[in-house]
Amino acid sequence: MKGKAAIVSAGITKFVRRAKETPKELAWYAAKMALDNAGLSLDEVDAVIHGTAPDAFDGVHQKAEYLSDASGAFNKPYIRCYVGGGTGVMAPIYGWYYVASGIFDTVLVVCEEKMSSCRPHPQAAFLTIFDHTTERPLGPNLLWIFALEMNRYMQVNKIKLEDIAMVSVKNKSNAKNHPSALLGSEVTLKDIMESEVLAWPVHRLMVSPISDGAAAIIITNEEKAKKITDKPVWIQGAGWCLDTAFWTGRDLCYPQYVEYAAKMAYKMAGIKNPAKEISIAEPYDPFAYKELHHLEGLQLAPKGKAAELLMDGHFDKNGNLPSSPSGGLLGVGNPIAAAGMMKVCELFWQLRHEASGRQVPGNPKRGVAQAWGDLMQVGTVIVTGVDKP
Amino acid sequence: MKNLRGTGLKEKDFEREFTVYYKPQLEYRWDTGLAIGKFLEGLRDGKLFGKKCNKCKRILFPPRAFCERCFVDTDEWIEVKDTGTINTYSLCYITWDMKQLKDPQIPAVIEIDGSSGGFLHIAKIDPKQIKIGMKVQAIWKRAGERTGSITDIKYFVAGEE
Ligand SMILES: [Zn+2]
Repeated sequence: MKGKAAIVSAGITKFVRRAKETPKELAWYAAKMALDNAGLSLDEVDAVIHGTAPDAFDGVHQKAEYLSDASGAFNKPYIRCYVGGGTGVMAPIYGWYYVASGIFDTVLVVCEEKMSSCRPHPQAAFLTIFDHTTERPLGPNLLWIFALEMNRYMQVNKIKLEDIAMVSVKNKSNAKNHPSALLGSEVTLKDIMESEVLAWPVHRLMVSPISDGAAAIIITNEEKAKKITDKPVWIQGAGWCLDTAFWTGRDLCYPQYVEYAAKMAYKMAGIKNPAKEISIAEPYDPFAYKELHHLEGLQLAPKGKAAELLMDGHFDKNGNLPSSPSGGLLGVGNPIAAAGMMKVCELFWQLRHEASGRQVPGNPKRGVAQAWGDLMQVGTVIVTGVDKP
Repeated sequence: MKNLRGTGLKEKDFEREFTVYYKPQLEYRWDTGLAIGKFLEGLRDGKLFGKKCNKCKRILFPPRAFCERCFVDTDEWIEVKDTGTINTYSLCYITWDMKQLKDPQIPAVIEIDGSSGGFLHIAKIDPKQIKIGMKVQAIWKRAGERTGSITDIKYFVAGEE
């Protein structure tokens, strides 16, 4: 891609269990904060991209259209992005290709999710993902597939449950310093292991909380970026990939589609050895095991070895390759699309040394953020850095 | 990054709340399709069918009309066994609406003998005994009770090793 695209601003709300605000009000907060931080007016935005999860969460059909005014889309080209949990990283990728292709100079990318409205539990909104003839008569719930995947991952790679639980300990601790965080706290391994078993091997404190929140970024071209900030964060690479929906026929122990997505992004970014050339990782962590699973897919740990590296402190905030210094979904919260975007925002702040108490040491040059979703089949990956691609 | 907006409600804020119940009157008449149609007929007769792709030689199970890898029509029908191996499983103690279960449901991916794939079904095995790699055997509903549904197999129990 010839054109360059940079992130020049970010905005975010608090992530809360249940917000008083409507979805529109949350989207408005994040969009306005991103504009204000860039010193831009809405007139200077050429198009708006909105990432948000199923309409069923809000009980509002055409939810993106409902949210459009709050995202600043009035009388503008407007694009909705939705690939399940992968949305929060896919929406910035949409933003990147509209700017890098030269179609638009400046785009505002907003991700919003309000999960608390859906009763008794937003999980119900996902149940129709299962095959209506061969799976739904068995009465599946969404936790099944994560528990099945986690168990397979542990068994094939002989990973201890305690090691996976340490992801929760790390991320909830990191989140203490995130101003949006819902669950930032010092929890112990014992707390995690003694939390209720939801669907073995998944324990309650290994699951991110459903949350309400929004996050936004502004992506613009080289010429405009220079005028807005002297610290643009460049989008160096983007990749995405979808595996088969016949999920029972593939080996869940390894996310092959994340590898393909990552390799696409790394190739674009000119990265040959990701484990050495990436300074910060923000892998998608809706469940504790997913962070390790995704670090392997992202080629930041050898297959089956992410847990060992975690236990060696490799992925700590002060480790060789800090992973989820934001606190991740496990600590900050998981308003689906906004949660993935939160990870992209985190790279922006970290690479600009604006992450205050979460700031990783040294001089981070480059980060990778990744999200995942659908029927455990989509990987979305973005590489950002301080150097112009 | 100070004073982020967003107002978290506390439990006492929603002691009194309005819930709008909306029960859409939606009915769906899903057609079985060609491949799953034949699969369901097999279930009614107490048999399991996969479908072979002659290009990659996989016996796709549950059967499908096309091979997603080779992107060709699949070829002949192959009867597979009603025994298999547990690829992975979970002991699930809650329902979709977060109600607690005393005895866990045991969803499992089962690799069916004679096929190249696994499928989702339910195991009925002592939670202390179950493990990945265990051989299992289908327990069927009686002939007259079968309707051509995935639930014509009631569940899988431990099989002969
Ligand atoms: Zn084939």
